[in-house]
Amino acid sequence: MNYKEIIQKLPYTKPFLFVDELLHIDENGAEGSYTFDANSDFYKGHFKDNPVTPGVILTECCAQIGVVALGIYLLNNEEVTMGENVQIGLSSSEMEFLVPVFPNEKVVVSSEKEYFRFHKLKCKIKMHNSEGKLVCKGTISGMLKSNKNG
Amino acid sequence: MTGTEHYQKLHDIIKIYLPEDVSAEHISEESHLINELNINSANLVDIVLDVEDAFDIRLENEDMDQMETVKDALRIIDSKLSDK
Repeated sequence: MNYKEIIQKLPYTKPFLFVDELLHIDENGAEGSYTFDANSDFYKGHFKDNPVTPGVILTECCAQIGVVALGIYLLNNEEVTMGENVQIGLSSSEMEFLVPVFPNEKVVVSSEKEYFRFHKLKCKIKMHNSEGKLVCKGTISGMLKSNKNG
Repeated sequence: MTGTEHYQKLHDIIKIYLPEDVSAEHISEESHLINELNINSANLVDIVLDVEDAFDIRLENEDMDQMETVKDALRIIDSKLSDK
Protein backbone atom coordinates (compact mmCIF):
# COMPACT_ATOMS: atom_id res chain seq x y z
CA MET A 1 0.00 0.00 0.00
CA ASN A 2 1.56 3.32 -1.00
CA TYR A 3 1.36 6.57 0.96
CA LYS A 4 -1.36 7.98 -1.25
CA GLU A 5 -3.58 4.95 -0.67
CA ILE A 6 -3.07 5.26 3.08
CA ILE A 7 -4.16 8.91 2.99
CA GLN A 8 -7.21 7.92 0.97
CA LYS A 9 -8.11 5.34 3.61
CA LEU A 10 -8.01 7.91 6.39
CA PRO A 11 -11.57 8.32 7.64
CA TYR A 12 -11.39 12.13 7.69
CA THR A 13 -12.17 14.90 5.28
CA LYS A 14 -12.12 18.69 5.24
CA PRO A 15 -12.39 20.56 7.54
CA PHE A 16 -11.03 17.86 9.81
CA LEU A 17 -8.30 16.23 7.79
CA PHE A 18 -4.91 17.25 9.15
CA VAL A 19 -2.60 15.27 6.90
CA ASP A 20 -1.13 16.61 3.64
CA GLU A 21 1.62 14.17 2.97
CA LEU A 22 3.15 11.02 4.38
CA LEU A 23 6.92 11.12 4.25
CA HIS A 24 7.71 7.73 5.67
CA ILE A 25 5.95 4.77 7.17
CA ASP A 26 7.18 1.41 8.35
CA GLU A 27 6.45 -1.21 11.03
CA ASN A 28 7.83 1.05 13.74
CA GLY A 29 6.42 4.46 13.00
CA ALA A 30 5.16 7.11 10.63
CA GLU A 31 6.18 10.57 9.52
CA GLY A 32 4.02 13.10 7.73
CA SER A 33 3.40 16.78 7.26
CA TYR A 34 0.56 19.26 7.36
CA THR A 35 0.27 22.98 6.68
CA PHE A 36 -2.36 24.70 8.79
CA ASP A 37 -4.85 26.51 6.57
CA ALA A 38 -5.13 30.13 7.67
CA ASN A 39 -8.81 30.08 6.66
CA SER A 40 -9.69 27.37 9.19
CA ASP A 41 -12.69 28.32 11.25
CA PHE A 42 -11.02 27.78 14.61
CA TYR A 43 -8.61 30.67 14.01
CA LYS A 44 -11.56 33.06 14.14
CA GLY A 45 -12.09 32.25 17.79
CA HIS A 46 -8.72 30.97 19.06
CA PHE A 47 -7.80 33.55 20.05
CA LYS A 48 -9.79 36.77 19.45
CA ASP A 49 -7.76 38.77 16.94
CA ASN A 50 -4.76 36.58 17.63
CA PRO A 51 -4.92 33.31 15.68
CA VAL A 52 -2.95 30.43 17.22
CA THR A 53 -3.51 26.76 16.45
CA PRO A 54 -5.36 25.15 19.38
CA GLY A 55 -3.57 22.37 21.25
CA VAL A 56 -6.45 19.98 20.57
CA ILE A 57 -5.95 20.53 16.85
CA LEU A 58 -2.21 19.88 17.18
CA THR A 59 -3.05 16.71 19.09
CA GLU A 60 -5.52 15.71 16.36
CA CYS A 61 -2.90 16.29 13.68
CA CYS A 62 -0.43 14.15 15.67
CA ALA A 63 -3.03 11.41 16.05
CA GLN A 64 -4.07 11.37 12.39
CA ILE A 65 -0.51 11.10 11.09
CA GLY A 66 1.21 9.26 13.90
CA VAL A 67 -1.46 6.82 15.03
CA VAL A 68 -4.23 6.48 12.45
CA ALA A 69 -2.11 6.48 9.27
CA LEU A 70 0.34 4.11 10.95
CA GLY A 71 -2.54 1.96 12.15
CA ILE A 72 -3.98 1.64 8.67
CA TYR A 73 -0.57 0.57 7.40
CA LEU A 74 -0.17 -1.99 10.19
CA LEU A 75 -3.71 -3.38 9.78
CA ASN A 76 -3.10 -3.72 6.07
CA ASN A 77 0.06 -5.71 6.72
CA GLU A 78 -1.57 -7.88 9.32
CA GLU A 79 -4.68 -8.94 7.49
CA VAL A 80 -4.97 -10.60 4.13
CA THR A 81 -7.93 -8.55 3.03
CA MET A 82 -8.94 -5.27 4.48
CA GLY A 83 -12.45 -3.95 4.43
CA GLU A 84 -13.14 -0.41 3.46
CA ASN A 85 -13.99 0.67 6.96
CA VAL A 86 -11.61 1.11 9.78
CA GLN A 87 -13.15 1.64 13.18
CA ILE A 88 -11.15 4.09 15.19
CA GLY A 89 -11.31 5.55 18.63
CA LEU A 90 -8.85 7.73 20.48
CA SER A 91 -8.29 6.08 23.84
CA SER A 92 -5.80 8.38 25.50
CA SER A 93 -3.47 11.25 24.88
CA GLU A 94 -0.90 12.93 27.04
CA MET A 95 0.74 15.89 25.38
CA GLU A 96 3.14 18.66 26.22
CA PHE A 97 3.10 21.84 24.15
CA LEU A 98 6.28 23.84 23.82
CA VAL A 99 6.02 26.30 20.93
CA PRO A 100 2.94 27.94 19.35
CA VAL A 101 1.90 27.15 15.77
CA PHE A 102 0.50 30.02 13.71
CA PRO A 103 -1.71 29.99 10.59
CA ASN A 104 0.04 28.77 7.41
CA GLU A 105 2.78 27.03 9.36
CA LYS A 106 3.93 23.65 8.14
CA VAL A 107 4.58 20.97 10.74
CA VAL A 108 6.12 17.53 10.58
CA VAL A 109 4.78 14.79 12.84
CA SER A 110 6.76 11.66 13.62
CA SER A 111 5.61 8.71 15.65
CA GLU A 112 7.31 5.75 17.21
CA LYS A 113 5.24 2.65 17.91
CA GLU A 114 5.31 1.39 21.48
CA TYR A 115 2.98 -1.49 20.75
CA PHE A 116 0.10 -2.57 18.57
CA ARG A 117 -1.68 -5.41 20.27
CA PHE A 118 -5.29 -6.45 20.78
CA HIS A 119 -6.35 -3.59 18.48
CA LYS A 120 -4.68 -0.94 20.60
CA LEU A 121 -1.94 1.15 19.04
CA LYS A 122 0.16 3.20 21.41
CA CYS A 123 2.73 5.64 20.04
CA LYS A 124 5.21 8.23 21.16
CA ILE A 125 4.70 11.33 19.04
CA LYS A 126 6.63 14.46 18.23
CA MET A 127 5.70 17.48 16.13
CA HIS A 128 8.34 19.86 14.76
CA ASN A 129 7.85 23.19 12.97
CA SER A 130 9.63 24.27 9.78
CA GLU A 131 12.54 25.64 11.81
CA GLY A 132 13.03 22.19 13.25
CA LYS A 133 11.86 23.25 16.70
CA LEU A 134 9.90 20.77 18.80
CA VAL A 135 6.30 22.03 18.94
CA CYS A 136 4.74 19.29 21.02
CA LYS A 137 5.39 15.76 22.15
CA GLY A 138 3.56 13.06 23.99
CA THR A 139 1.90 9.68 23.91
CA ILE A 140 -1.29 8.88 22.03
CA SER A 141 -3.19 5.61 21.95
CA GLY A 142 -6.10 4.54 19.86
CA MET A 143 -8.20 1.47 19.26
CA LEU A 144 -8.20 0.40 15.62
CA LYS A 145 -10.11 -2.38 14.04
CA SER A 146 -10.77 -3.12 10.42
CA ASN A 147 -14.23 -4.37 9.57
CA LYS A 148 -13.62 -7.45 7.55
CA ASN A 149 -16.03 -8.00 4.69
CA GLY A 150 -16.58 -4.29 4.35
CA MET B 1 3.60 -19.03 43.22
CA THR B 2 0.29 -20.07 44.78
CA GLY B 3 -3.20 -19.24 43.62
CA THR B 4 -3.53 -16.55 46.28
CA GLU B 5 -0.31 -14.94 45.09
CA HIS B 6 -1.63 -14.96 41.52
CA TYR B 7 -4.81 -13.30 42.67
CA GLN B 8 -2.92 -10.67 44.63
CA LYS B 9 -0.67 -9.90 41.69
CA LEU B 10 -3.62 -9.63 39.31
CA HIS B 11 -5.55 -7.53 41.83
CA ASP B 12 -2.65 -5.07 42.03
CA ILE B 13 -2.57 -4.74 38.24
CA ILE B 14 -6.34 -4.28 37.85
CA LYS B 15 -6.38 -1.67 40.61
CA ILE B 16 -4.21 0.68 38.50
CA TYR B 17 -6.75 0.77 35.68
CA LEU B 18 -9.98 1.17 37.64
CA PRO B 19 -12.01 4.25 36.78
CA GLU B 20 -12.15 6.87 39.51
CA ASP B 21 -15.61 5.89 40.70
CA VAL B 22 -14.71 2.25 41.32
CA SER B 23 -12.57 1.48 44.35
CA ALA B 24 -10.20 -1.46 44.68
CA GLU B 25 -12.54 -2.95 47.28
CA HIS B 26 -14.92 -3.78 44.46
CA ILE B 27 -12.49 -6.27 42.97
CA SER B 28 -13.33 -9.90 43.70
CA GLU B 29 -12.83 -13.13 41.80
CA GLU B 30 -16.37 -12.88 40.51
CA SER B 31 -16.03 -9.32 39.21
CA HIS B 32 -16.77 -8.77 35.57
CA LEU B 33 -13.95 -6.57 34.30
CA ILE B 34 -15.98 -4.54 31.84
CA ASN B 35 -19.53 -4.64 33.15
CA GLU B 36 -18.85 -4.40 36.87
CA LEU B 37 -15.45 -2.79 37.24
CA ASN B 38 -16.14 -0.44 34.31
CA ILE B 39 -12.77 -1.04 32.72
CA ASN B 40 -12.78 0.12 29.10
CA SER B 41 -11.38 -1.90 26.23
CA ALA B 42 -8.23 0.23 25.95
CA ASN B 43 -7.40 -0.28 29.61
CA LEU B 44 -8.19 -3.96 29.33
CA VAL B 45 -5.34 -4.14 26.82
CA ASP B 46 -3.06 -2.44 29.36
CA ILE B 47 -4.08 -4.98 31.98
CA VAL B 48 -3.34 -7.86 29.62
CA LEU B 49 0.08 -6.41 28.74
CA ASP B 50 0.92 -5.92 32.42
CA VAL B 51 -0.23 -9.47 33.16
CA GLU B 52 2.09 -10.75 30.43
CA ASP B 53 5.03 -8.96 32.01
CA ALA B 54 4.15 -9.87 35.58
CA PHE B 55 3.67 -13.57 34.89
CA ASP B 56 6.08 -13.84 31.96
CA ILE B 57 3.45 -15.32 29.65
CA ARG B 58 2.09 -14.42 26.23
CA LEU B 59 -1.64 -13.99 25.67
CA GLU B 60 -3.42 -14.26 22.35
CA ASN B 61 -6.62 -12.73 20.97
CA GLU B 62 -8.63 -15.82 22.00
CA ASP B 63 -7.45 -15.41 25.59
CA MET B 64 -8.47 -11.79 25.55
CA ASP B 65 -11.92 -12.73 24.25
CA GLN B 66 -12.41 -15.22 27.07
CA MET B 67 -11.25 -12.87 29.78
CA GLU B 68 -14.53 -11.58 31.16
CA THR B 69 -14.16 -11.91 34.91
CA VAL B 70 -11.22 -11.86 37.31
CA LYS B 71 -11.69 -15.60 37.68
CA ASP B 72 -11.44 -16.06 33.90
CA ALA B 73 -8.20 -14.12 33.94
CA LEU B 74 -6.79 -16.30 36.73
CA ARG B 75 -7.79 -19.47 34.88
CA ILE B 76 -6.06 -18.26 31.71
CA ILE B 77 -2.94 -17.24 33.63
CA ASP B 78 -2.80 -20.65 35.33
CA SER B 79 -3.20 -22.52 32.07
CA LYS B 80 -0.47 -20.44 30.38
CA LEU B 81 1.86 -21.01 33.32
CA SER B 82 1.29 -24.75 33.27
CA ASP B 83 2.04 -24.83 29.51
CA LYS B 84 5.43 -23.32 30.08
